[in-house]
Amino acid sequence: MRRILFLARAEVLHVVRDRATLAQCLVVPVVQLLVLSNAATFQIRNTPTYVVDLDRSTASRGLITRFAASGHFRVTGASPSLDLANDALLRGDVTMVLAIPQDFESSLVRTGVAPVQLSVNAEKGSAAGIVQSYASAIVSSYAAELEAMQAVRSPGEPARRAAIEVRTRSWYNPALNYRDYMVPGILVALVTLIGTLLTAQNIAREKELGTLEQLNVTPITRGQFIAAKLLPFWVLGLIDLAIGLLVGALVFGIPIRGSLLLLFGAAAIYLVVALAIGLWISTMVETQQQAMFVTFFVMNIYLLMSGLFTPIDSMAPWVQVVSQANPVRHFVTISRAILVKGAGLSDIAQPLITLVGFAVVTLTLAVRQYSKRSA
Amino acid sequence: MSALLGLVRKEVYHILRDRRTLVVIVAMPVLQVILFGYAIRTDVDHVRLAIVDPAPDPVTLALRARFDAARVFQTVAVLPNATDLEPLFQRGAVQGAVLFEPKFAERLGHGVTANLLIVSDASEPNTGSIVQAYAAAVVQAYEQDQISRGRTLRIVPTLRMRFNPTRESSNLFVPGLMAFVLTIVSSLMTAISLTREKETGTLEALLVSPLRPWQIIAGKVLPYIVVGFVSVLGVIAEARLVFDVPLRGSLTLLLVEGLLFILVSLSLGILISARTSSQRVAMMGALIGTMLPTLLLSGFIFPLESMPVALRAISVVVPARWFVLVARSIMLKGTGLAYLWRPTLVLIAMAAVLLVASTRAFHERLEG
Repeated sequence: MRRILFLARAEVLHVVRDRATLAQCLVVPVVQLLVLSNAATFQIRNTPTYVVDLDRSTASRGLITRFAASGHFRVTGASPSLDLANDALLRGDVTMVLAIPQDFESSLVRTGVAPVQLSVNAEKGSAAGIVQSYASAIVSSYAAELEAMQAVRSPGEPARRAAIEVRTRSWYNPALNYRDYMVPGILVALVTLIGTLLTAQNIAREKELGTLEQLNVTPITRGQFIAAKLLPFWVLGLIDLAIGLLVGALVFGIPIRGSLLLLFGAAAIYLVVALAIGLWISTMVETQQQAMFVTFFVMNIYLLMSGLFTPIDSMAPWVQVVSQANPVRHFVTISRAILVKGAGLSDIAQPLITLVGFAVVTLTLAVRQYSKRSA
Repeated sequence: MSALLGLVRKEVYHILRDRRTLVVIVAMPVLQVILFGYAIRTDVDHVRLAIVDPAPDPVTLALRARFDAARVFQTVAVLPNATDLEPLFQRGAVQGAVLFEPKFAERLGHGVTANLLIVSDASEPNTGSIVQAYAAAVVQAYEQDQISRGRTLRIVPTLRMRFNPTRESSNLFVPGLMAFVLTIVSSLMTAISLTREKETGTLEALLVSPLRPWQIIAGKVLPYIVVGFVSVLGVIAEARLVFDVPLRGSLTLLLVEGLLFILVSLSLGILISARTSSQRVAMMGALIGTMLPTLLLSGFIFPLESMPVALRAISVVVPARWFVLVARSIMLKGTGLAYLWRPTLVLIAMAAVLLVASTRAFHERLEG
């Protein structure tokens, strides 16, 4: 036991002295945090719209006013030329073209039916769907409005009919604040980078310097060596999470709805997985560069497929199955469930048990792989 | 000139001999595009929906049938009251819920407003609001159908979804992925090539040789441009064959722009490697300096339009931002140089500046 503590102390001194490495691990998440909390929104407001009004009547102008006043659309260009509108759409200056044909008002009066054309830039699929539903709602409510006006002018029509009143509620994040969603996920990225990159690099450095050989000839057992190597990083990861949470709560004002004890408990298990992966990487490489390469490659795939940036539910079905084998995914789910939704132990039981399984398997594999090489 | 050719030949030998790295360089983009092409999506589809209907009646049943019929929704639970709803949301078992009030049809029949509540899990705000919009649209369509029977006035919108009629996410993300993957590969390639020269000390030898700095750079860059070009071809083929992404514009133009972008990324990688002293910092710089901005600030995943002005201003200097724009426009919109001359000029300018800067950085090492 004393040996482990000695070795662990040496490790702590190394980490504290190696400012550059520590800075590396902090820079990435902080940049992600700053950019993502501000940038990662798909919110749709003020859709730039081009208006082609060929009718120039009271009715057509009324429709354009409704679009402009809705808050969802911003008229950025208008001309009677469909070609110019198409140009603007191709250049990407506008997202939607509203085209009102020449006999809009007269056909509305004569036949009661009139067409309008909406061309949406559907490059961004889901956004286009929302733009479309906003636009259709405006058009149909304008028709209802016109009808009501007509009914006033010609009394004797039946009174207005009852309607279904739709109210919407956004649970867990009523302000639709993207930051509240991203910060808990980025905390996971932070803990993962610290755990995996530092461990892999650290052991690779011992290899490079030859000090690993020295340690191997000391009476220290492999179990003791690994415990002493991993313990400081495990503690460091937890401290890091605490700092990250503190910054998140104080600077970004993210909610902490669930139990912090539960979050740290889950983090303690997750860190074992992250550290074991780092240890495993270090057994495969010879130099620090290779360690960094492999770590970045692995992290790249792990983070992009964890649901941190894009929702798991949107992924192709087979990717959703594959991502079950991604420990980052499970901890991202847990972190968000606890912090944003206030979930309790029973709600996160499934991902938590999966993490425990991961911890056992990866640690066993890493330790066995390691002993082979140092034997 | 023959000296340059010699250097190029040496570089080609290096690439061909190091099979493992070659495989990584060629296979990685292909693999990543497959993986991320299926993973990076934002389609909101098959939304798991819970329905709370305390007293089913003809109207609520008709509405429920509409939700069942909508391709977007998938009713996973029908509950008599709202008390069991919360755990379902917390476990993530449902993403949205539609709550009817009792006596729904009766109220409507009496001319009283009937209330319907749509709840969505907005912890992810985008999906949350999309789910709400879709659910409201289902109810609206139902009402419209009921009303329009007695309606005298109708405005019929004809809708054209331009450039991506099926609204596939992959059409949006695969062209963007091309930029991401090319950036990684290019910085990886330069990092490997330059750090190897440094490790073995042969860079010093090159620097004292009669080769000019620009010749060293050219010799380094040319072979890797070819390798990068092969990955561009691979990725375009994949986009067509695997993801069915249309290529509406000119293939030649896309390839030329791809070459230009590779040139920019390679020279950026060389500049970073030349400017930094230690290999570790160089690689870290290459990865952080190119990968993160490409991922976050190129508009590849997160739309630039919704970013604050400061971030949009920074994104102007990210090469991938321009290439993502160009690739998407050529592939989805079929636009030509008439529309794309501006981003193309920006890429050319970046390539010129970075090439000169990296040549000079090498020059300084030579003298210092």
